[in-house]
Amino acid sequence: MKIARVLVAALAFVLAAGCAKEKQEAGSAGPVGSDAPAHGDAIVEGSIGDVSGFLTAVTSDSASHTAAGYVFSGLVRYDKNLKLEGELAESWEVSPDGKRITFRLRKGVTWHDGKPFTSEDVLFTYRRMIDPNTPTAYAEDFKQVKRAETPDPRTFVVEYGKPFAPALASWGMHVLPKHLLAEYPDISRSPLNKKPVGTGPFRFVEWKTGEKTVFEANPDYFEGRPYLSRVITRVIPDPATMFLELKSGGIDMMGVTPLQYTRQTETEEFRKLFHKYRYLSFGYTYLGFRLSHPLFSDQRVRQAIAHAIHKKEIIDGVLFGLGQEATGPYKPGTWVHNPDVKRYPYDPQRAKALLGEAGWKDADGDGVLEKEGRKFSFTVLTNAGNESRAKTAAIIQQNLDGVGVKMEIRTLEWAAFINEFVDKRKFDAVILGWSIPQDPDQYDIWSSKKTGPKELNFVGFQNAEVDRLLEEGRRTFDLEKRKKAYSRIQEILAEEQPYVFLYYPDALPVVHKRIHGIEPAPAGISYNFIKWYVPKDQQRYTTFQQ
Amino acid sequence: MLRYIARRLVLTVPLLIGISLISFLVIHAAPGGPVEMATDLNPKVTAEARERLRAYYGLDQPIHVQYVRWLGRMATLDFGQSFSRDGKQVSEKIGERIPVTLAINVLSMLLIFLVAIPIGVYSAVRKDSWFDRISTVVVFTGFAVPTFWLALLLMILFGVKLRWLPISGLVSLEYDSLGLAGKIWDRTSHLLLPVFVSAFGGLAGFSRYMRSNMLEVIRQDYIATARAKGLPERKVVFRHAMRNALLPFITILGLSVPGLLGGSVIFESIFAIPGLGQLFYQSVMSRDYPLIMGALVIGAFLTLIGNLLADVGYALADPRIRTE
Amino acid sequence: MGAGTSSIFRDFLRRLFRNRLAAGGGIVIALLFVVAAVPSLVTDRDPNRIDILRILAPPSAEHPLGTDELGRDVLSRMVHGGRISLEVGFVATGIATAIGLVVGLIAGFYGRWVDGVLMRFVDIMLCFPSFFLILAVIAFLGPSIINIMVVIGLTHWMGAARLIRAETLSLKERDFVAAARAQGAGNLRIIFRHILPNALAPVLVWATLGVAGAILVESSLSFLGIGVQPPTPSWGNILTAGKDNIEFAWWLSVYPGLAILVTVLGYYLLGEGIQDAADPRLKGR
Repeated sequence: MKIARVLVAALAFVLAAGCAKEKQEAGSAGPVGSDAPAHGDAIVEGSIGDVSGFLTAVTSDSASHTAAGYVFSGLVRYDKNLKLEGELAESWEVSPDGKRITFRLRKGVTWHDGKPFTSEDVLFTYRRMIDPNTPTAYAEDFKQVKRAETPDPRTFVVEYGKPFAPALASWGMHVLPKHLLAEYPDISRSPLNKKPVGTGPFRFVEWKTGEKTVFEANPDYFEGRPYLSRVITRVIPDPATMFLELKSGGIDMMGVTPLQYTRQTETEEFRKLFHKYRYLSFGYTYLGFRLSHPLFSDQRVRQAIAHAIHKKEIIDGVLFGLGQEATGPYKPGTWVHNPDVKRYPYDPQRAKALLGEAGWKDADGDGVLEKEGRKFSFTVLTNAGNESRAKTAAIIQQNLDGVGVKMEIRTLEWAAFINEFVDKRKFDAVILGWSIPQDPDQYDIWSSKKTGPKELNFVGFQNAEVDRLLEEGRRTFDLEKRKKAYSRIQEILAEEQPYVFLYYPDALPVVHKRIHGIEPAPAGISYNFIKWYVPKDQQRYTTFQQ
Repeated sequence: MLRYIARRLVLTVPLLIGISLISFLVIHAAPGGPVEMATDLNPKVTAEARERLRAYYGLDQPIHVQYVRWLGRMATLDFGQSFSRDGKQVSEKIGERIPVTLAINVLSMLLIFLVAIPIGVYSAVRKDSWFDRISTVVVFTGFAVPTFWLALLLMILFGVKLRWLPISGLVSLEYDSLGLAGKIWDRTSHLLLPVFVSAFGGLAGFSRYMRSNMLEVIRQDYIATARAKGLPERKVVFRHAMRNALLPFITILGLSVPGLLGGSVIFESIFAIPGLGQLFYQSVMSRDYPLIMGALVIGAFLTLIGNLLADVGYALADPRIRTE
Repeated sequence: MGAGTSSIFRDFLRRLFRNRLAAGGGIVIALLFVVAAVPSLVTDRDPNRIDILRILAPPSAEHPLGTDELGRDVLSRMVHGGRISLEVGFVATGIATAIGLVVGLIAGFYGRWVDGVLMRFVDIMLCFPSFFLILAVIAFLGPSIINIMVVIGLTHWMGAARLIRAETLSLKERDFVAAARAQGAGNLRIIFRHILPNALAPVLVWATLGVAGAILVESSLSFLGIGVQPPTPSWGNILTAGKDNIEFAWWLSVYPGLAILVTVLGYYLLGEGIQDAADPRLKGR
């Protein structure tokens, strides 16, 4: 269910990464001397969606990806500063022409069933990713591979036709155990999708559909046994219920809503029991225009709308101040983000002037602008069930009303919204959000070659310079060159405003105070999950001791 | 009578086929499909990958071929495989949700009967008394108060403030380490709020129904006769009136059969209960065709059987109809 | 029963208004309709005026019922939302009752295969969870007030049809129908002149409960996010917004909840009054 997924994505801080801005009440609550790391206890997380399967190759929802992350590992991963580091790979080397990557694998890693992990498993995973029998949505990156080979059990080599910068990050894909999957032509129908066996820090214990998933610490994990004995994820679809569960001790950790963060966690009782964290999440919300629409083909009109929208009011009203004004499609604080782009401060006068320049005047005095007998009125679409987008729309509606632009709001069920309106280009404007992947390649969203049906440049953005820069950015591993290309792209996007970039929301995880060892970093809080612990005298779930 | 039942049973087959055909057309006509739901707005998915997934699910075939295939499998009672990524059989997915849905519905139905019948009888006997008026307001409060609101209030009271009951879910995390008595209490305490909330909402219908049946019966001549014979009022009410007023309840029981396996999404998501309501809602939202079809056909079958039971039961119980 | 429809009706109204509770219910409903039709009687505030500085403010002199999660005046939203909710309840039930009347009268009066076919059709319709049909239609047509009213109506007429069929079955055997037929009345005349007026009372009772049900269906749709479109208020979506703030913004859930309760009770009492007033056995009481 996509709506749930979007919601989960907003709440899931386990996968999400970001920059730690604020940690409230950092002090420890326990008595002095009780702070020593200790094994044992369990952490109970709340999730609004259930797992749909454990093999990330064939799932697409964030609950499943989070759960799979406990059990499986990839060759590489992003560290706490959002730089790629080896996970199952000890090191890697990119050939000077950028076409060949050689991974050196870690020694002595075993699967949870005790069998050794080798380069054969990596090759097997690659082959299954490109196998037509695998119902995966992520084959594209792996299809760029021209050749893959395993010179020895600890070496894996891939060769690409052209240098392909996003390739490295694609090897963060979870490696699958060949010895358990080889006999299943379709991995999604293998027992492993329901009872996973991986190389990760936690071993699978049970999955009760719609209820919970349980994992236990893997004593043989290659980075050391995690302190917490168990990770339990409870499925609680309603955020209001989940929050009550948190307060009553039913769960230890959840992503709270901005409203809960600001208005319901300020009590003495709550502070005594929980730590709150806050950092920018990896995503942004935007107002996108169909650029071929007669109202929006004029750049001045789009800029005028950007000036007319009071982004601060949206952040205050919808996010209770827990977010930042967006200026482009990359996250502030990351290496690729360019803060020096054109900004559009709230300025209704400037908006009216720009609209006037574009020929829009309120000739008949009814409060709505006209041009050549046509009223400036349009409909914005957004997906049903996403409260913050609906609220954002309501505020924009009022903002635009102030400059003589009439906007209607329609919320639609996700499937209908995408298939009947976005895919068929039957919309004036939409309010949607994108998550921001760590690799800056956004070819699919901005390239003029990606405007076809079902493709993601659905606003129909076309700019020759951007096309060239996108190509440049994905064909080199040189960070400086990539940075330059993407900086320029951000300038162009800010100038042309195919989207009005609205805001980056904060991720707002809350964790019970008995859990120690959390150190917020740019990547969020969960990167050092295996180092989280509960001091011996504060442990709560003692029946799970291994 | 037997011929009537046989005829109705035979009729069930074409009805089920008709229902399944309409459902099939409706869900396939609804915008979006299972592949699109899993891949929409995902930058890493190409058109080719999408086509591959469509072929994988058999969605590349013309719709009548898909329907005939589905019908063929149904003939062997094979509901097929769910499109969801766990690759489970539809029958397994539905089966694992039946116990909890059934338990809550049966318990709340029992509770409704236990409370609604006395309320109905008493407020009919004492029509327009204070009891009648107050009970009217109370049962309609149950009817009008949205489930989620009442549920949250009770959770705050019993779960957060008083800490007497768990808030949501089916069992505690430490369930496996509890003794037998502990296990029984654990399950019971998790069921108390959901059963109460769902029963409270259903009181209005049943108690009002009972009340009007009772009023109807009290006006009948034989009650007057019984009274005239000098029978004590209590005996008149319980022996004569209530027994007759309960007759139409047989119909209600029959009509309730499909409801026993029905669940409400809102109710289940508030209490975090993995029941059939949530499963069905999610399958509709993700366009999991085999699962939607499976749930609809089972529901339709139960509805038809329930209707039949209601009609037959009524005919057997009501002498006026039997003599016809 | 040779009396004309109008005198039956007058008689009926007289009895209806002698019942104090029913009259009370009727007055409450009438008041709600008046306020919904002319909101300015209660408040002049714009229900959609956003005020970021006054988000979730408790009731005060300026905002007697407080403000909502965008700082909008709850009183004004309640009044304007009442219009939507009452409309949804009324129109949806009107549609359902009309379909139910036609199907039930035809099935009950003509009997035989007509009855068989129509009742099996009712069975089929009952086999679809109405929630599924509503979702499907909303997915096709998109949510709008009209679509929601129509789809609730189209999925909730089966109860009325069964009820009217049962009434018709028993009415058509009565002496006055035979008498009318003997006087040379045609089928249509018998149906509309003799059966319909007598079958109407139980249907009206059903309809009063239906109105309440429709209002609740709308609030469920709002809960799922596919109800009345923002920023238009309805009791359902005010209540849904109240859910997440239930612990401290009680005014967001208590007032719409009370409004729905009062409406439901009002309709019910009115319906019960109608039933009593229409029951010939109670005549003369």
